Amino acid sequence: MAGEISIEQIADEMYQLVAESAGQKKLKSTDLTKAMTSKYGDKVSKQDCKDAIKMLIDSGRCVYGYYGGSSIELPRVEGSANQ
Amino acid sequence: MSDLKTPLLDELEKGAWPSFVKDLKTMADKKPMVKDLLRQLEKSYTDKRGYWKHGGLVGVMGYGGGVIGRYSALPDEFPGVSHFHTVRVNQPSGWFYTADALNELLDIWDEHGSGLLNMHGSTGDLVFLGTVTDELEPTFRALTAKDWDLGGSGSDLRTPSCCVGPARCQNACYDTLALTYDLTHKYQDELHRPMFNYKFKIKMSGCPNDCTAAIARSDLGIIGIWKDDIQVDQAAFAEYVDSGMDIQGAVVDKCPTKCISVEGKEIKIDNSDCVKCMHCINTLPKALKVGKERGAAIVLGAKAPIVEGALFGSVMVPFMKMDDFEELHDLIERIWEFWDEHGKNRERIGECVERVGLANFIEGIGLEPIPQMIKEPRDNPYIFYEEYYEEE
Ligand code: HEM
Ligand code: HEM
Ligand code: SF4
Ligand code: SF4
Repeated sequence: MAGEISIEQIADEMYQLVAESAGQKKLKSTDLTKAMTSKYGDKVSKQDCKDAIKMLIDSGRCVYGYYGGSSIELPRVEGSANQ
Repeated sequence: MSDLKTPLLDELEKGAWPSFVKDLKTMADKKPMVKDLLRQLEKSYTDKRGYWKHGGLVGVMGYGGGVIGRYSALPDEFPGVSHFHTVRVNQPSGWFYTADALNELLDIWDEHGSGLLNMHGSTGDLVFLGTVTDELEPTFRALTAKDWDLGGSGSDLRTPSCCVGPARCQNACYDTLALTYDLTHKYQDELHRPMFNYKFKIKMSGCPNDCTAAIARSDLGIIGIWKDDIQVDQAAFAEYVDSGMDIQGAVVDKCPTKCISVEGKEIKIDNSDCVKCMHCINTLPKALKVGKERGAAIVLGAKAPIVEGALFGSVMVPFMKMDDFEELHDLIERIWEFWDEHGKNRERIGECVERVGLANFIEGIGLEPIPQMIKEPRDNPYIFYEEYYEEE
């Protein structure tokens, strides 16, 4: 039900949030969804946010991480996993 | 295996029971990984500490769960296990496999991993133990090519699991296998794309014997139950009496609500007092059977003590028909919605309910409070006085 705001746009904005907080705070799926729904209210649904996250992950722009809860992060840098 | 010295592990081979050490040794020559696994384990027994590190970022493309990253803390000493990731494979409902299916899995794992596996992990999945990061995608591709899929891990829906239910058990009050299959497919996104505060486990047991231990081990337990009377075959009961069985001691006295009496060779049950503990049915399976009007009780909020203490599930719905699963889907989605809205990071649903209060939670998911919403069996009924106040 992407109305005025496209899934691509939501995905782009989510990506910005992830990129800005990289190295400082790990964002969860719900953090990104809440950020979007509080910014756009009824104009984006939870399903739109789910679809946007799927788009980010399936395109490889973001990856899931797991450290004290599952998070959405920038793709891993080689070797970082073992730190 | 001349260079493999494991005096402490060798002790474990001496008992009467099959030993995992013996099993691992049969693989040690074939797989350097397994040899180093044994060597590292021996060292951790000697030093009395573990040498595994948890791995943050491993997985397969697109999925946020299903692989547990594991690295040796001593990769130079034990290069074979410098990576030793675990892959969870979504098990078939009730753990039924054909021999062909098992061979398929074993071949995949011999090719891509250590060849070691668990049948099954506590959550239910089949667990492939030990592979390197570079083999994760090839393993995943090989699995999906044969229609297998990964299970859950991380803050997602964990692989739903069930008891064998109607496939092998006369006590089943609904089709646990069908429901497990249904939920696994319906909630693919929730299973593979972590979007929760923390893990969420669903377990299906066909009757109050609760063979999956749903009441204690699942965030949402779906436990079969009946509404009408226990079915009695008096002729079969008479046979138990004739066999000389101590009916009084083994059945009547053990009924928790004392609702069973015996007259001659006839058993009488006051079903209005029965709490469906299953004791009499388990003890006299030929004479007694669960009732005909069947469904399930829905319990919510059990967990083991990790962040906070252990919790048992509380009854949310004492009886739900299980003909189609729509009412259940609807309830599950309302629970997740509430948890999304009010839950904190790494807070299980049971802890969230304790924090916000059961009354607020029940209202939040749109259920009517009723006396059956008990915290533990026959303990602490939650009573809602609001209506009394309103009347005054
Ligand atoms: C450590 C070894 C074993 C363990 C822990 C084990 C455990 C179990 C358990 C828990 C059950 C279900 C309980 C019950 O039916 O009352 C069972 C059933 C069964 N086990 Fe085992 N078992 C072991 C070894 C074996 C072996 C070596 C055989 C055959 C040579 C075997 C054959 C069976 C069979 C045929 C059943 C099904 C019985 C039925 O359907 O009623 N088990 N086993
Ligand atoms: C109150 C709980 C349980 C009861 C009353 C129970 C009862 C039984 C019975 C009666 C059988 C024989 C089935 C048959 O004759 O068809 C059986 C088999 C078996 N049970 Fe359980 N069980 C319980 C819990 C568990 C749990 C928690 C597990 C595993 C985690 C388990 C694993 C098995 C296995 C592997 C078999 C043998 C395979 C088979 O016969 O299908 N059981 N159980
Ligand atoms: S929970 Fe009940 S239905 Fe399921 S296997 Fe156990 S006894 Fe049978
Ligand atoms: S199921 Fe339990 S409570 Fe009910 S009659 Fe049998 S022993 Fe009594």
